Amino acid sequence: MTSSKQALAQTASSADAAPGDQPGAARRAHGRGTPPPGTSSWRSRLYRWDMKASPYAFIAPFFIVFGAFGLVPLLYTAWYSLHNVQLSGLDHQTWVGLDNYKNLLSSEFFWNALENTFTIGVISTVPQLLMAIGIAHLLNYRLRGSTVWRVVMLTPYATSVAAATLVFTLLYSWDGGMINWLLHFVGIDPINWRESDWGGQFAVSSIVIWRWTGYNALIYLAAMQAIPTDLYESAALDGAGRWQQFRHVTVPMLRPTILFTVVVSTIGATQLFGEPLLFGGVSGSKGGSAHQYQTLGLYMYDQGWGIGNLGKASAIAWTMFLILLIVAAINLLITRRLRKSQ
Amino acid sequence: MTTSELTLPQAKEKGAGGGRPARRRVLGAGKQLHAGPATYVVLTVLALVSLAPLLWTAIAASRNNERLAQTPPPLWFGGNLFKNLQTAWDQAGLGTAMVNSVIVAGTITFGTVLFSTLAGFAFAKLRFKFSSTLLLLTIGTMMIPPQLAVVPLYLWMSDLGWSNQLQTVILPTLVSAFGTFFMRQYLVQALPTELIEAARVDGASSLRVVWHVVFPAARPAMAVLGLLTFVMAWNDFLWPIIALNQQNPTVQVALNGLGTGYIPDQSVIMAGALLGTLPLLIAFLLFGKQIVGGIMQGAIKG
Repeated sequence: MTSSKQALAQTASSADAAPGDQPGAARRAHGRGTPPPGTSSWRSRLYRWDMKASPYAFIAPFFIVFGAFGLVPLLYTAWYSLHNVQLSGLDHQTWVGLDNYKNLLSSEFFWNALENTFTIGVISTVPQLLMAIGIAHLLNYRLRGSTVWRVVMLTPYATSVAAATLVFTLLYSWDGGMINWLLHFVGIDPINWRESDWGGQFAVSSIVIWRWTGYNALIYLAAMQAIPTDLYESAALDGAGRWQQFRHVTVPMLRPTILFTVVVSTIGATQLFGEPLLFGGVSGSKGGSAHQYQTLGLYMYDQGWGIGNLGKASAIAWTMFLILLIVAAINLLITRRLRKSQ
Repeated sequence: MTTSELTLPQAKEKGAGGGRPARRRVLGAGKQLHAGPATYVVLTVLALVSLAPLLWTAIAASRNNERLAQTPPPLWFGGNLFKNLQTAWDQAGLGTAMVNSVIVAGTITFGTVLFSTLAGFAFAKLRFKFSSTLLLLTIGTMMIPPQLAVVPLYLWMSDLGWSNQLQTVILPTLVSAFGTFFMRQYLVQALPTELIEAARVDGASSLRVVWHVVFPAARPAMAVLGLLTFVMAWNDFLWPIIALNQQNPTVQVALNGLGTGYIPDQSVIMAGALLGTLPLLIAFLLFGKQIVGGIMQGAIKG
């Protein structure tokens, strides 16, 4: 624990913690401002107290609000997940042990939701990040009106999940929808996106891709601009063409950023909720008439506020969290391995 | 007197803070490849994909329900835009929702920027026990999905009799781990430690230091964080649709009501979607450069 703290202190140069009160007080003489001469001793005591307490006062709002509305609820969710809590009878909460979890693991809808979350996660994240790298590469050229291009690419991000999904639902509508109309030009018969299995998942993914590709492109662009140009120069001297420069200089240098975006996108994909909810229209939290695009987040909402079983909803929430922790651990392992191999 | 002395280097520092992208520009200048015509063609196509759904929202909002069910779909504006906007505003509750969303997103933005700047300053420039551990903890909280809090929050807010009241959706999002980290990363570089020490030598209290040194130095980053926070707060979905209903909705709650069959007229639904997005589109039009800069800055440092 101490060693990890030291390691962090090395990277975060400004955040070195004072080892103890006494040495800390002695060290304070170093430039930290002695109280102005000629003031009474209570003033200097007040001053010293201010020095010591103010950092904690400054970080307190974050930790108080997060504690009250994040950490404590998280623990209570675990507690509720071990109880039978029904929306219809909140006064009768009975201990049921792991029943909610057992119930979950034996429910086909849970496995269906897990599978849907995974499928939609993959078909929305992979093309999204690949396209984002490509777009970032284009934006990295010297462009006329470069800011305008960037803002335009980011515009979908200004659209909320709800607004975007309402619009896309209409674009994907079976009869008279824009997408089916465009497809008929290439000889494809109208697809019932909302009712079909893969069609619904594809449509939901496309909303995610539309909203987030530009955002991720900007993140890659920032990383690309931080790559030293002499790397490209020496690659060019070795006779590398544009494509080879992209493959052998840009992509390797982007590796940490790619991992970062993969982690963030994975977290987002695990929580996917609003898009399938609204795309389902009146079927609502079922995620399509046959649960074709019911994700874990939607399944939790369905169990909690559709059916009214808050205990089971809590168990789903914690299961989601555990899945995220496993994904994070795998990511950490991959990062370590990559670092070692370099 | 102290303050006037302090503003000088601070102003210079502000310039240096803004100089970061400038340095990048110099680095790339001359070396960066000029875009060929093919690049512009591809970018134009991508820009159309970005903007077309929004443009079509406006087109659909200017038609009527019958027309939207016909093939081919309308490709140009009709004459019903203002009628539909008015219906969405009055009947679908978008009017109340817009006012509520301004209050909610505005308060969250104010709180997040203020508290993030204070905490970011403490993590960037002050020494205290466990500071690095606490910073790590702060970053770690970003991993926690909002789903883990909503069941207890819902039960508590019901107990308090706060269901359907705006403070229910304001309080839990009043601080931000991302914002704290964002401000910390900015202030580490943009706020010279000597400035704080100089103020200390003059006997300034911590609050005075914050007011006269930290806030002026942090102002550009505070503005960017404010924009990003406003966008996120305006678009927040999961907790608001649980905590609020159609009697007292935010924009997203009202749109959710539209989507689940509250009003069966597609052109009115599109008018609602347009109306609910309009404030952020205006923000992008006015401050797009700053928002883009903020996202890219957060990426490099994060």
